[in-house]
Amino acid sequence: MSSTILVTIISLSLLAMLAAVILFFVAQKFKVFEDPRIDEVQAILPGANCGACGFAGCRNFAEALVKADTFEGLNCPVGGATIMEEAAKMLGKEALTVEPLVAVLLCNGTAEYRPHTTKYDGVPDCRIAHSLYGGETDCSYGCLGYGDCVKACTFDAMFMNDETGLPIIIDDKCVACGACVKACPRNIIELRKKAKKDRKIYVACSNCDKGGPARKACKVACIGCGKCFNVCKFDAITIENNLAYIDASKCTFCRKCVEECPTNSIIELNFPPKKPKIEEQAEVKTT
Amino acid sequence: MKSLKTFPIGGVHPPENKLAAASEIRYLPVPAKVTIPVSQHIGTPASIVVNKGDSVKTGQVIAESKGFVSSNIHSSVSGKVIKTDTVTDTSGYKQTAVFIDVEGDEWVDTIDRSNEIVTEIKLTPDEIIKKCLASGIVGLGGATFPSHVKLTVPSGKKCEYLIINGVECEPYLTSDHRLMLERGEEILIGVTILMKALSVNKAMIGIESNKPDAIDHLTNLAQAFPGIEVYGLKVKYPQGAEKQLIKALAKREVPAGRLPIDVNTVVHNVGTAFAVYEAVQKNKPLFERVVTITGKSVPEPGNYFVRIGTSVKDLIEAAGGLPDDTGKIVSGGPMMGKALSSTDVPVVKGTSGIVLLPEDESSRMKSMPCIRCAKCVQACPLNLEPYLLMTLSEMELFERAEKERITDCMECGSCSYICPAGRPLLDYIRLGKTTVIKMAREKLLK
Repeated sequence: MSSTILVTIISLSLLAMLAAVILFFVAQKFKVFEDPRIDEVQAILPGANCGACGFAGCRNFAEALVKADTFEGLNCPVGGATIMEEAAKMLGKEALTVEPLVAVLLCNGTAEYRPHTTKYDGVPDCRIAHSLYGGETDCSYGCLGYGDCVKACTFDAMFMNDETGLPIIIDDKCVACGACVKACPRNIIELRKKAKKDRKIYVACSNCDKGGPARKACKVACIGCGKCFNVCKFDAITIENNLAYIDASKCTFCRKCVEECPTNSIIELNFPPKKPKIEEQAEVKTT
Repeated sequence: MKSLKTFPIGGVHPPENKLAAASEIRYLPVPAKVTIPVSQHIGTPASIVVNKGDSVKTGQVIAESKGFVSSNIHSSVSGKVIKTDTVTDTSGYKQTAVFIDVEGDEWVDTIDRSNEIVTEIKLTPDEIIKKCLASGIVGLGGATFPSHVKLTVPSGKKCEYLIINGVECEPYLTSDHRLMLERGEEILIGVTILMKALSVNKAMIGIESNKPDAIDHLTNLAQAFPGIEVYGLKVKYPQGAEKQLIKALAKREVPAGRLPIDVNTVVHNVGTAFAVYEAVQKNKPLFERVVTITGKSVPEPGNYFVRIGTSVKDLIEAAGGLPDDTGKIVSGGPMMGKALSSTDVPVVKGTSGIVLLPEDESSRMKSMPCIRCAKCVQACPLNLEPYLLMTLSEMELFERAEKERITDCMECGSCSYICPAGRPLLDYIRLGKTTVIKMAREKLLK
């Protein structure tokens, strides 16, 4: 009995030692050199693996950062400038300034403004509804309201507003990863330049129909009348396919277009309330 | 009549409800105005050749085909072009269309309007194909694939059988049935023309056995036409699908991703055969077609010769008005048709019927978890596993779905029909299919 135990212990120990020796040499032979900086850089990245940088995950992005000569075209929108600077310092490279972006919904067709004309009882999924028809309202460009963007958001920066039927984007949480932009079958979410105090002016409409049908489908639709185009002094507004677009890089937030828009489709957000008197005086001075 | 043939795998038996089977085809009065979309076929939309204010005659070309897979569009009425604008069509999206106000009904001179049946075929095969292109003939079974493309056999390939689809396996629809009964001889001449164009000497007409009168009628008539044989088919959906029909009649299987011509067959619909007869023998382009208007609460279900561009509203009026309990207006049959978002949608070349479904029949079942009963697997005529494809597509595992042959799906809807848990199988499979096709196209571009 005791000899059996002894033989077992000895034979297994020998086997283990043999395996250890083989493994040692194999490990030496097939050793993969990996830049230790990749681990370091990965440690400071957010670790969300959201793919906003264009790479499959944070590890791939860290690898790309280490390998790259300059940081051109490489940016982690989630981490923002601080993390990019930190990574640059770590790798002895120069950080480039990248403008922070934020997602905005180019549709303001709430249930109140955009009456329902049909009823959809299929799968509550924007992609499926979009493939079947123009949607429950007469506007075949606007938000369908089944929340594919909300499902795609991994940062809890979006939720559906049940009253309006439109998604709401929380600016503070939005990291502009672009997941919602990709998820939206109607292409009505845009990443726009983030301005001071989250101020925004944009055309909250995507309807390319002519004025009449657009207006009929939705009270706040852009009818492509061109009034905003005429009033803008900074060439920030273009009109294509009966739809106005404000270039965020040229817009100076003068807010003239907002006043001019006959259908209120241009939205201003996070501005302090207007003081009409002072503004009038200011206008007199400048002219 | 010979023994009944059918396809071997899958299929379902939805209630037939052929309510308008006994009502003779009538001519719908020419409407006051028509809206003619320029994209009524698969392929490139036709380009408009008339301007606002132009006077047009019935049968005049108003939009010319652009590219090989495209088709001409003709005016279905005489009158004045008031505008070219967009209209919501069957797809549920706005498409470019020509709006015409009707004045009288003056036809183009070259059209032979007599009732005389012209038997002698004077044109050569090439001329027939050109005539089909010029007359805007497309597949009238519903897919609207330009017929001249199907008639042009690619070099290196040979057509042995012409198969004529008179199956009409969709419930409710009776337009092909009535056409076979009332225009049998014209259809057979049309088939002979198609045979000449394809230079084949054998044509098989497949008809489901729930239309015994049509089978008898065509069998009797076909004795005078050499090479044409009529076959009765088992009543089973989707018997009228191209590949299933080829399997049933020619006993050949079209490989995945290939065309019927790869197994030396070409399939045309009976409606198309009739349109070809009219185009070749009577010089009449395709500007009207038979449309069934039916439904359980419809006062007078019937079949009508309808001018293309007539609004669905006019058609519903002719059948006695919209019933109060209507839940859905479906263009096409209830299995593969599309619910319309408005009654202003115009009748197009692919509109085989308008079905008004009552509210209690048109709503969807609540979707419940899959119970693994495998009824969808049994029902799938293409041997796919719908429950699996749906899950893969739901979980966005599109690469795996591609391996499971999601692109083979022809969207017949048998799986969704049979599912006892009311799962939206086809919706997700269709989503997966389009995504996989898009991915493949992107890969090809790279």
